[in-house]
Amino acid sequence: MLYITTGAFAAVGAGAVAWPFISQMNPDASTVALASTEVDISAIPEGGILTVKWRGKPVFIRHRTKKEIDEAVATPLNQLPDPQADKARVKKPEWLVVVGVCTHLGCVPLGAPGSRGDFDGWFCPCHGSHYDTSGRIRRGPAPTNLPVPEYDFVSDTKLRIG
Amino acid sequence: MSGPSTYVPKSAIGRWFESRLPIIGLVHGSFVAYPTPRNLNYMWTFGAILSFMLVSQIVTGIVLAMHYTPHTDYAFSSVERIMRDVNWGWFIRYAHANGASMFFIAVYMHMFRGLYYGSYKAPREVLWILGVIIFLLMMATAFMGYVLPWGQMSFWGATVITNLFSAIPLVGEAITTWLWGGYSVDNPTLNRFFSLHYLLPFMLVGIVVLHVWALHVVGQNNPVGVEVKNVQRDTLPFTPYATLKDSVALVLFLIFFSWFIFFMPNYLGHADNYIEANPLVTPAHIVPEWYFLPFYAILRAVPSKLGGVIAMFGAIAVLAFLPWLDTSRVRSAAYRPVYRVFFWVFVAVCIGLGYLGAMPAEGGYVIASRILTLYYFAFFLLIMPLLGMFETPRAVPATIADAVLAKKGPVMNPAE
Amino acid sequence: MKSFKSFFVAAALVAGAASYTPALAAGGDTPKPERLSWSFAGPLGAFDRGQLQRGFKVYREVCASCHSINRVAFRNLAEPGGPQFSESQIKALAAEYKIKDVDDKGEIIERDGRPADRFPKLFPNTDAAAAVHGVAPPDLSVMAKARSYSRGFPLFVLDALPGMAYQEHGVDYLAALLTGYTNPDDLNWNKYFPGNSIKMAKPISDGQVEYTDGTPATEAQYAKDVAAFLMWTAEPKLEERKRTGFNVMVFLFIFAGLLYFTKKRVWANAH
Repeated sequence: MLYITTGAFAAVGAGAVAWPFISQMNPDASTVALASTEVDISAIPEGGILTVKWRGKPVFIRHRTKKEIDEAVATPLNQLPDPQADKARVKKPEWLVVVGVCTHLGCVPLGAPGSRGDFDGWFCPCHGSHYDTSGRIRRGPAPTNLPVPEYDFVSDTKLRIG
Repeated sequence: MSGPSTYVPKSAIGRWFESRLPIIGLVHGSFVAYPTPRNLNYMWTFGAILSFMLVSQIVTGIVLAMHYTPHTDYAFSSVERIMRDVNWGWFIRYAHANGASMFFIAVYMHMFRGLYYGSYKAPREVLWILGVIIFLLMMATAFMGYVLPWGQMSFWGATVITNLFSAIPLVGEAITTWLWGGYSVDNPTLNRFFSLHYLLPFMLVGIVVLHVWALHVVGQNNPVGVEVKNVQRDTLPFTPYATLKDSVALVLFLIFFSWFIFFMPNYLGHADNYIEANPLVTPAHIVPEWYFLPFYAILRAVPSKLGGVIAMFGAIAVLAFLPWLDTSRVRSAAYRPVYRVFFWVFVAVCIGLGYLGAMPAEGGYVIASRILTLYYFAFFLLIMPLLGMFETPRAVPATIADAVLAKKGPVMNPAE
Repeated sequence: MKSFKSFFVAAALVAGAASYTPALAAGGDTPKPERLSWSFAGPLGAFDRGQLQRGFKVYREVCASCHSINRVAFRNLAEPGGPQFSESQIKALAAEYKIKDVDDKGEIIERDGRPADRFPKLFPNTDAAAAVHGVAPPDLSVMAKARSYSRGFPLFVLDALPGMAYQEHGVDYLAALLTGYTNPDDLNWNKYFPGNSIKMAKPISDGQVEYTDGTPATEAQYAKDVAAFLMWTAEPKLEERKRTGFNVMVFLFIFAGLLYFTKKRVWANAH
């Protein structure tokens, strides 16, 4: 009994000491505090995309045109590898906010006019994934849609990501 | 590390592995079946404590290096960020900073124990010299580590200590410039000290392995100072006996250590090191960390630059010659009534030198430093050789078992 | 063995001697700061929230005109173990500061502060500060740990012992310094400053900062409150550290006891 208790204490002690050394590799307090960014979106023209950095990654803020919105809404869900309705991915239809990291292996998809892929959204040059105007995967090796980060409209022209 | 093992694994897989890499047998032979003298007292637990401290310093150090920036512009700030923002950063840094002090407390205990019980005498000369090398490496590592936070004491400590090398005739200036990588302690110095501070502990591990190897070849000394004559009667297996005794001592040591980490984290440090390094302003008193103070006092006791440097390094080097300076046939001070007195005076002198090292180098302090420095060297160079010739030791028990029985009374026969 | 134990203690003494060679040499001409009682002293100590909040007020209305605390982030003021202002108070406070940043066109701009920002520097570098003030006013973030004074033998030894532990040299010195302007004819004369001549002229007097919680608005009280606040900025994890330490100690004592009896039982079979 004494031996078991002593052994148990040793095990608990070793575990408790290990924790700080594991925990220290997590993001530190200053990194966690910076996890939200405010962006002024008033200057983004219709059809334009602003790329901002959030947690070290690009976030695409796309001011969608009427046509792009209609395309996204009209796409039948059964054509999508990762079915998700457009309205589940936006808070206001004219603003699409997605994390600009291809869900295949982490490259940044292209979004400049002319290189937006076959579905008018984004095209990842690394392995040829095509995304549509809702940031959903349509063709190529990527398994899922571009993720939508947590965000809020602080005002009509101000967006807070994170 | 104690020759071919008799260990035979119980399982078939174990035997298959053991015949290809006999590492389990090696560990078993060195840390389980290894015979330890049965009369070891708690002073013999500092070896295990030191092993723990080395591992602890390496682990906390590697973690700190994940967050530290070795650049004069960022070093101080990165340390403050460790203290403020990194998860548990305050704990890891305080454990590392105070860990250095604990490491030295343990090593001094370990050394004085060796000095008292004659652990350096034949056949343990190589074991002892390896220990002196470990001590030197520890000092170099600790010194460079203290520079890294880039506070005022870091900077000026580095300046003063590297300037010691300029005392070397002819090439001194060139060596100092080479050490700095510039014309003063600056970014190149900080960067190379960081690199070396990371490297040296692993060299320490290597020498510690040799130290333990050498120990296991000749066997441990013991308070009586007579060699093991009958393994059955004189020794106990390392596990569980020594492991448990070491564990008790280690946990007591951890209580002491934790008191400093959690409640007195800056007691052993210096307030000036919370001021960022400023090459234009020297602090009123430059004082090294406490564990260097006795040597610092010896340095300042000699009124010549080169002489002081020689005396300081000589104070460490002389330790390596101890096995041949001590002429006594008896090992343990327990049976050397006169040596024992000189030994305790020597301990007091070391503490006194430590105190003087922290005091300003003026007036009576300097005179006292000189007297104590003289005793320091006389102890090794005069007292030790002469005492062996003139002292009459007390009767030494024939065997370890006899000594144990004499203490406890003949209660039982050794295990059948 | 006994004597080795006394050596152990003695080694600790030397260690202490080293550490208390003063950062600011409190020479013969300056008296030692008075030892004040602090809520955060001792193994179970914790900050007094009200005191930290008052101290911050004093810092902001008096010290902040010359001294920065740029290692402290606004968010820290809301974190546990500190003054614990509310999130909304912190947001409003941060917004009062202008933070240098770069906009998306690469232009250097000044934007409103956010909780994640640190308190801004008052001068781009120390030379610029010295050009204005004569001597660069130091940043106060870690000041409470960067100042100390010598207690001398044997006090410095006792200061390390459980039950008598004394770690508050820095805060005591800061509080003393702020009340040490005792020469009405010379506002740069300070009783506790080495050499007595300090560049910082008497910064604060009775009634200068308004307290709303009924605490007396006196110079001595301001000094104490702002010193406590600076102790927190220097050691924001003090409460977490002491609390963790308490748990660690309880664990280690029980563990040591268990190990001791285990060892005893095993060794009983040794003969």
